[in-house]
Amino acid sequence: MVRDGEQAGTIEPGSVAARRDGDVLMLALSGDWSTEALADASAALDRIGPEGARSVVVDLQGVKSLDTNGALFLLHKRQAFEAGGGQVEIEVADPHYRTLFEAAARSPDVRTEPPRRPNALIGLLARTGRHAVGFAATGRDLLSFLGAVTVALLGAVLRPWRIRWKALIAQMEHTGLHAVPIVGLLSFLIGIVLAYQSSDQLARFGAQIYTVNIVAVGILREMGVLITAIIVAGRSGSAFTAQIGTMKVNQEIDALDTLGMSPVDVLVVPRVLGLILVMPLLTFYANIMGILGGAVMSMMALDIGFAQFLTQLQGAVDASALFVGLVKAPLFAGIIGVVGCFEGMQVSQSAESVGQRTTRSVVESIFLVIVVDAMLSILFSVIGV
Amino acid sequence: MSGMDRPDGRGDYAIRVRGLRTQFGSAVIHDGLDLDVRRGEVLGVVGGSGTGKSVLLKEIIGLIDPAAGEVEVLGLDVRTLQGEAARRLRRHWGVLFQDGALFSSLTVAENIEVPLKEHTRIGADLRADIVALKIALAGLPPDAAHKYPAELSGGMKKRAGLARALALDPDLLFLDEPTAGLDPIGASKFDALIGDLQRSLGLTVVMVTHDLDSLYAICDRIAVLIDKRTRVGTLAELERDDHPWIKEYFRGPRGRAAAMAAQADSRIPTFAEEAN
Repeated sequence: MVRDGEQAGTIEPGSVAARRDGDVLMLALSGDWSTEALADASAALDRIGPEGARSVVVDLQGVKSLDTNGALFLLHKRQAFEAGGGQVEIEVADPHYRTLFEAAARSPDVRTEPPRRPNALIGLLARTGRHAVGFAATGRDLLSFLGAVTVALLGAVLRPWRIRWKALIAQMEHTGLHAVPIVGLLSFLIGIVLAYQSSDQLARFGAQIYTVNIVAVGILREMGVLITAIIVAGRSGSAFTAQIGTMKVNQEIDALDTLGMSPVDVLVVPRVLGLILVMPLLTFYANIMGILGGAVMSMMALDIGFAQFLTQLQGAVDASALFVGLVKAPLFAGIIGVVGCFEGMQVSQSAESVGQRTTRSVVESIFLVIVVDAMLSILFSVIGV
Repeated sequence: MSGMDRPDGRGDYAIRVRGLRTQFGSAVIHDGLDLDVRRGEVLGVVGGSGTGKSVLLKEIIGLIDPAAGEVEVLGLDVRTLQGEAARRLRRHWGVLFQDGALFSSLTVAENIEVPLKEHTRIGADLRADIVALKIALAGLPPDAAHKYPAELSGGMKKRAGLARALALDPDLLFLDEPTAGLDPIGASKFDALIGDLQRSLGLTVVMVTHDLDSLYAICDRIAVLIDKRTRVGTLAELERDDHPWIKEYFRGPRGRAAAMAAQADSRIPTFAEEAN
């Protein structure tokens, strides 16, 4: 409190005048003893030793301002001195100061310590264990969510009239149509990079023409669908998590439940189904753009004309290469959609957790996409496609 | 209260607002609004939705700059004050936002420490004591100190926000709908807490509220935002006011119920009773 109503801001750090009176040490405090001045004021008090005094009298007559923090500080100084067998009397004449001391005296006698941290090794083990259990639990929950979504999807396929068409088409627009420019551009660039890198190597053997083969096989079988999946995971998977997560925070999910609408039917099915439908289309488009990028690069760097490129392309790949790529698209779409919606549903009641879950959703879906892609590569090589 | 009985009459007002004009686009919220808040009083700010109660609060603490007018807090002009002086003025007020506005990544104790670390050079030991005191003053159990905001109930979040607002022992306390979202028992306990703290710390309190019970329980005067200006008075004065909105507000069924409740229980429980 700036008691005398001066403009806020003028501080005169507290000072102490000490006087010995036989066995008694008289301390006359003056200046400001409020929070702002406390650091200096406490230093001033610390400079005065008890000098063997058994009892101390503190006089607050000259104190300009005091607040509970200042009072608390004085009370603690008294406590410390009295613990050493001395005696302290704080003379408070001002009724306002007295109420401040009463307020400060409400502070608890024992301080609650923060929960003790176990030692580093045990902490590490505990964290490892917790994460392992958490990881397994996430896997289990994801699997059960996948089951729920599969049942709902089958239900939708069997009873198409129950599909929410408007939501489905809106989702297809957001996840498919709006992704066309970025998917096209990135695939085109990947086609250029692939053509340039392989032409550099093949030129050593004078086999530049096989650049076309590498671009075609690379794009059709792997890169087209992978690039699309990564972009979609970043664009739409994260959006699913953020949308559903925010709805969860707002209790909209609970509201749906109480209205007798299944959140999986209303929110998850249109998203996952929409993604499964548009992802092959996006992938096909990405393939064309990627090969186009390869063709442009071949024309510029290798002098392979467009007609020559097409002829070589026909010899290099057949329809099976295209289908090997395209067949992965709905699978990846399912992974991204399910993971995105699952993480959204895992959001707890805070805005912070929406952010965390969104990050996890993108990381997990890209991770799973690549793992599944690797497994499919092995599978395809075993069955010889 | 301190300041009220000052001999020379200077600084009797903690806040002076003159000719305030607030405009968002073409919508005028306040026009020629005046407001005085005396030192050591509890002023309630009421008004219908959209009359700019929270905006007024934000203009006083400098979060929003009004289109025109003067805003003086503790004798300093909030609108022109800059740099170190503005920083220093901020130490003299505490603000409790509607849901506490606690930093969610910090524990309650760490939240309360933020202003202490930022504005003072108080050592860690005394700081911990101050934190414990503020937690006790705000009526939180000691073990709340090491909890995160997400682990607290709505009422406890508000108390923790209050503890943070009190960390630097401000002269002025601003409360934005302190009892909104609390159950009636929690709300009246919170009212009692504010009243108790106001008396024992000599605070000047400005509270935006919708809660008629709070007005009757702890407010010395009330500012009603109406027709882009304020009408200020004690409850008794406003109850006699003939403005239709004020009439409906104070003499409607809820107003009457609150008045009756206040009459039946005119004594605010003390801290000790409240803690039990």
